[in-house]
Amino acid sequence: MGKTLFDKIWDSHVVSEISDGPSILYIDRQFIHEVTSPQAFSGLENRGRKVFRPDQITATADHNIPTENQHLPIKEQLSALQVEKLKDNSTRHGITYYGLGDVYNGIVHVVGPELGYTQPGMTIVCGDSHTSTHGAFGSVAFGVGTSEVEMVFASQCVLQPKPKKMRIIINGELGKGVTSKDLILYVLSQLTASGATGYFIEFAGSAIRNMTMEARMTVCNMSIELGARGGMIAPDQTTFEYVKGRKYAPQGADFDAAVEKWKELYSDDDAVFDKEYTFESADITPMVTYGTNPGLGMKIADSIPSVSSIEPSSQETFKKALKYMNFEENQQLLGKEIDWVFIGSCTNGRIEDFRLVASILKGRTKAPHINTYVVPGSYLVAQQIKEEGIDKILEEAGVELREPGCSSCLAMNDDKVPPGKYCVATSNRNFEGRQGPGSRTILASPLTAAAAIITGKITDPREFL
Amino acid sequence: MPIEKINTIVSRAVPIPIEEIDTDQIIPARFLKATDKIGFGDNLFRDWRYDNNNQPIPSFPLNDAKYTGSILVGGKNFGCGSSREHAAWAIADYGFRVVVSSFFADIFKNNVLNNGVLPVQISESFLSEIFREIEHNNEAEFKLDLPNQTFTIISSGKSESFDINPYKKDCLLNGFDDIDYLINKLPEIEEFEKTRK
Repeated sequence: MGKTLFDKIWDSHVVSEISDGPSILYIDRQFIHEVTSPQAFSGLENRGRKVFRPDQITATADHNIPTENQHLPIKEQLSALQVEKLKDNSTRHGITYYGLGDVYNGIVHVVGPELGYTQPGMTIVCGDSHTSTHGAFGSVAFGVGTSEVEMVFASQCVLQPKPKKMRIIINGELGKGVTSKDLILYVLSQLTASGATGYFIEFAGSAIRNMTMEARMTVCNMSIELGARGGMIAPDQTTFEYVKGRKYAPQGADFDAAVEKWKELYSDDDAVFDKEYTFESADITPMVTYGTNPGLGMKIADSIPSVSSIEPSSQETFKKALKYMNFEENQQLLGKEIDWVFIGSCTNGRIEDFRLVASILKGRTKAPHINTYVVPGSYLVAQQIKEEGIDKILEEAGVELREPGCSSCLAMNDDKVPPGKYCVATSNRNFEGRQGPGSRTILASPLTAAAAIITGKITDPREFL
Repeated sequence: MPIEKINTIVSRAVPIPIEEIDTDQIIPARFLKATDKIGFGDNLFRDWRYDNNNQPIPSFPLNDAKYTGSILVGGKNFGCGSSREHAAWAIADYGFRVVVSSFFADIFKNNVLNNGVLPVQISESFLSEIFREIEHNNEAEFKLDLPNQTFTIISSGKSESFDINPYKKDCLLNGFDDIDYLINKLPEIEEFEKTRK
């Protein structure tokens, strides 16, 4: 029987298996950030140990940092302490650290790929659920807790049970104004926020093949929102071209040799998946969410489902979500006035996302009542935004460009949406209070977010294309 | 460093009959700024437990004196979303040793197990029965029996078995921890590295 892409990578990284238990899985690269690593460092040191393979770990400060005045000391004391600890711990253990203001600083899942750390065939972990992003390169990448961060510090391995395998095929070509974000929000609306729990997903089909690496990263990023352990895409020419020439990618003849190996990373024709779904691109339009988990989404022109159409056992939770959002069943959201727009995050904070935003903002201006957080995913993205003149387009539209970081995706810093306010966000989670206590998040694509900046309302971006 | 052992526990239970409880609700992001593992229990379910003026919301089960015990019972897809282990630390620090639901998110399940808290996954119908039992009698007691892998409603004797990986079961019964296990495997891991060069 053939092997899946996932099997090929997983199996080649198993050091040994505990009978009736998890595998000892070797990790090629661990990324760390300031929020989920300090307890792992102190745990390790309490055991009297050093980091086992510091060269295979990369640190960046991103979750808990301000997105303005990064050249000044961080004002908030606890945040400053956390970032300082990351720097100290990294230095003490010989780990490369990209701090605030560093040309390579940025959101961990933006930095990893753009520096070429992320490569096909690797196993990658980080104490962050959106580590699934790196699966876009054909790697097995997944989020872990702090105990597991410490396991990797101590042994460059984690103990993991092997997940089941799911394939999601999306046929056809996405329509004009329909992005990879809409695709994954559509899949979420069909399978729910727990539809892939216990599985590792491989995304396939012509819609995926036609995507850029940035678009693929958006899809894999949100596989965790389906409950999946991770998501991945078989590498191809698009992948190899993206990786080629990046700082930490193999260079010259080593790169050519690596590509020959990477070309073997695909699911065999006779490989068996535990579950398979197929969707058609033609069924996908711009999407928005209306509830308090990413599975509660709909086509932008649709109406919120009626309570009676929901499974009886889930009706209370559904009603709670609508109450929090102050929406009614059967309500249409097109034309609904909103207050804030957030563009950025590890889901949609890459240069291609800002190009999409610029394509709508160019020559237009922000609705007066709209507040924005527009935040590049990294310093390199910020630099490219300037090189391409996107900063001028934003400025002319009356939109401020901030400095890189996770920002209002989880609002650990000051980038909060006030209680009761609606925010159209390109990030990945619309949980209660995610963007600040009482905030109401509507997830959407960069195009839909840009359209909302102009009109101040939930707007089909295709009107502007 | 050993984790706290679990064997059998007889206790009352605290019900939160809501589905899709994500880890942002269990511990909101603004409380993740600490650099140690203690004290997170104070902010467990912070935004469901306290209003905007930091006053306890009396109807929330953690504020309702009639509910107590070391068993937390939640709706399906418990612990979804962010991988923050702070959620597990908050649950353990508050004093829960067992979380019961019909479905757990993967990362959360690993995280609680690594902190000596047992996730007990039972059927949807048994979960409803447990919620009904607590609603009917908030002093109802439940028995967790890890060696036999059963969870029982004591008054009715109704019981269901649950799955746990034998390795993890052994860890919880004996207080073993994964990190110590891996450190003991370092020679084998170094051999593995040589084969990949």
